[in-house]
Amino acid sequence: MVESKFLPLDGATAVSQAMRQINPDVVAAYPITPQTAVVQNFSQYVADGIVNTEFIPVESEHAAMSACVGSSAAGARVMTATAANGLALMWEMLYIAAGMRLPIVLTVVNRALSSPLNIHCDHSDAMGARDSGWIQIYAETGQEAYDNTLQAMRIAEHPDILTPVMSCQDGFITGHGVERVGILPDEVVKQFVGEYKPRYALLNTDEPVTFGAWDFTDYYFEHKRQQSEVINSALPIIEDVFSEYTKLSGRPQPVLDTWEMDDAEYCIVVLSSTGGTSRAVARGLRAQGVKVGIVKPRLYRPFPAKYIVEAIKGCKAVAVLDRAISFGAPAGQGPLFTDITAALYNEGITGLNIVDYIFGLGGRDILPDQITSVFTDLQQIANEGQRGAMVRYLGLRE
Amino acid sequence: MTDRIRINLKDIVNNEERLAPGHRLCGGCGEPTIMRMILHAIEGPVVISTATGCLEVSTTVYPTTAWQVPWIHSAFENSATTISGVEAAYKALKRSGKIPADKEIKFLAVGGDGASYDIGFQWISGALERGHKLVYVCLNNEAYMNTGIQRSGATPKGANTTTSPVGDVIPGKTQWRKPFTRIMAAHDIPYVAQAAPHNYRDLMTKVKKAFAADGPAVLNILAPCPRGWRTESDQTMVLTKLAADTCYWPLYEVDHGKTVVNYKPREKKPVADWLKVQGRFRHLFRPAYASILEEIQARIDQEWERLLKEEAAG
Repeated sequence: MVESKFLPLDGATAVSQAMRQINPDVVAAYPITPQTAVVQNFSQYVADGIVNTEFIPVESEHAAMSACVGSSAAGARVMTATAANGLALMWEMLYIAAGMRLPIVLTVVNRALSSPLNIHCDHSDAMGARDSGWIQIYAETGQEAYDNTLQAMRIAEHPDILTPVMSCQDGFITGHGVERVGILPDEVVKQFVGEYKPRYALLNTDEPVTFGAWDFTDYYFEHKRQQSEVINSALPIIEDVFSEYTKLSGRPQPVLDTWEMDDAEYCIVVLSSTGGTSRAVARGLRAQGVKVGIVKPRLYRPFPAKYIVEAIKGCKAVAVLDRAISFGAPAGQGPLFTDITAALYNEGITGLNIVDYIFGLGGRDILPDQITSVFTDLQQIANEGQRGAMVRYLGLRE
Repeated sequence: MTDRIRINLKDIVNNEERLAPGHRLCGGCGEPTIMRMILHAIEGPVVISTATGCLEVSTTVYPTTAWQVPWIHSAFENSATTISGVEAAYKALKRSGKIPADKEIKFLAVGGDGASYDIGFQWISGALERGHKLVYVCLNNEAYMNTGIQRSGATPKGANTTTSPVGDVIPGKTQWRKPFTRIMAAHDIPYVAQAAPHNYRDLMTKVKKAFAADGPAVLNILAPCPRGWRTESDQTMVLTKLAADTCYWPLYEVDHGKTVVNYKPREKKPVADWLKVQGRFRHLFRPAYASILEEIQARIDQEWERLLKEEAAG
């Protein structure tokens, strides 16, 4: 294990520190709140000659991902960052980057999608991109955002994966929140990420290759099947990278962060910063003798279905907290709930009491009392044997 | 840019073809001929990005490719941005020593008029403003031909397309084409030119000048489309010559802000000569539309006079 140096950093700056240490060949980016700190810090590193990166200050997020696609296909190591509407504007290019198997790392500082316009945190941006073929990792803290950025680079560029990775953290809550973040020594990071050796590169003009051919009815289906196979078989490789980084940093990097789940009767499954709030509340309830636990997936794509089912299947009642709505889904449930219930069904578990809470849209605060009320609800559901409403809301005025 | 550039036919025929035969573009299409002229005018390695369109789908039907050079297509609107990413990667990898310091690579982005005048307009403008060392070529066949002849910002007034059809009350496209070449020149980049394939020496000279420029360059090249223009497939070169002789498509360049008209017809032909040989303008010759013909002629005259004045102004 290598000692980290601890600095007071906000989550966005923690990511730009990771980018500085990775020293990518190309960063193409466009400003958008609350991601802007990532690229403006990085621009300063470029201006000061601290990194060797070619920074492309593009005119839109679509152009950002377009330039990233060009640079990555050229054979360069490539990173970018965005949020919300910026991610939405990239949409077309997200699928293209994934389909071309380009190992781009994209930081998403999660923010609500318009309309109405709102700059604060929810997960509607990245959740909408969950089927775009990108690997997705969600961070609870600035520390995790830093750690995940480094691991994302290794995962994306692994020769058996070669798939872009979206590394997400909560806008403002961790993106602008200053905390104590451990930074590994530059040399250690350099060694950990290693050197990117592309299999094919446009700039290898002696061996010309065609990227992005016209794929007709006779091949497209097979290519999509291969892409699906890659992301779905990536989990063991991702776990290898996580465990290597765990040993290196001394900070555990589980696929699924579980707290007190061995004997938990009631649990909350939630992504990102709300994992911390939930754990704080759960600690208090445990002290009162209530057997509660917390499950926080770090990895969302590929979806760690078996781990989640294994963790929650013994509970008397489970609450999923979704920071996004899947509009038009049954009862307006969220995407995390959809994936978890599908996973339970696939494992033959149909009798579990599980409910969904939509919370925190547009940056609405999630308070400890609300988490407590979820656990109270779960106990009531278990005691009465009645699930009641499948989809509920936390912190909503009705 | 004052050095005289020689285009030697003997050299050209001995050059290797970098766009292989066997692609699936239509007979008479201007695009493959122009692309071969461009590739013959480029010395040394080149990386090409191409927008979605006829050229792209017809040359890269998986698992085959007609491209003997590194080539990428990522989307419709972003070939300029995609190649700007490749160019940035080249600079970065050269700096880090992964590409030898003495290795020179050229960067070419290609798009049709839909990709250039319309959907990719902002992407091109951004790439030019950032000053990448690249050449952007618009292969201009004046409509969305790949999707089946829909009007674009480059479609001339009066043209019959499937989204500006001739009807009982509307006589084809009612708007004038966007002055794309002038807008590109307004970016104050080192080199912008308009060309056409019948004058291959002029076209290839412009390609060489564009790649020799000390920054981004844009070429707008007229590329006949027999399907969309409703012309015979053996008329490609005749058509672009008519476009130049009627001053419908002036061959000119803006070299570091200085306008030079590269071809001035000895006798300027009436624009009707250009219009009447194409099925897309056939309806304009109905007596009811005489005023449209007059309007087109007046506009062409006015634009030609303006161009000559710009040249005279230096």
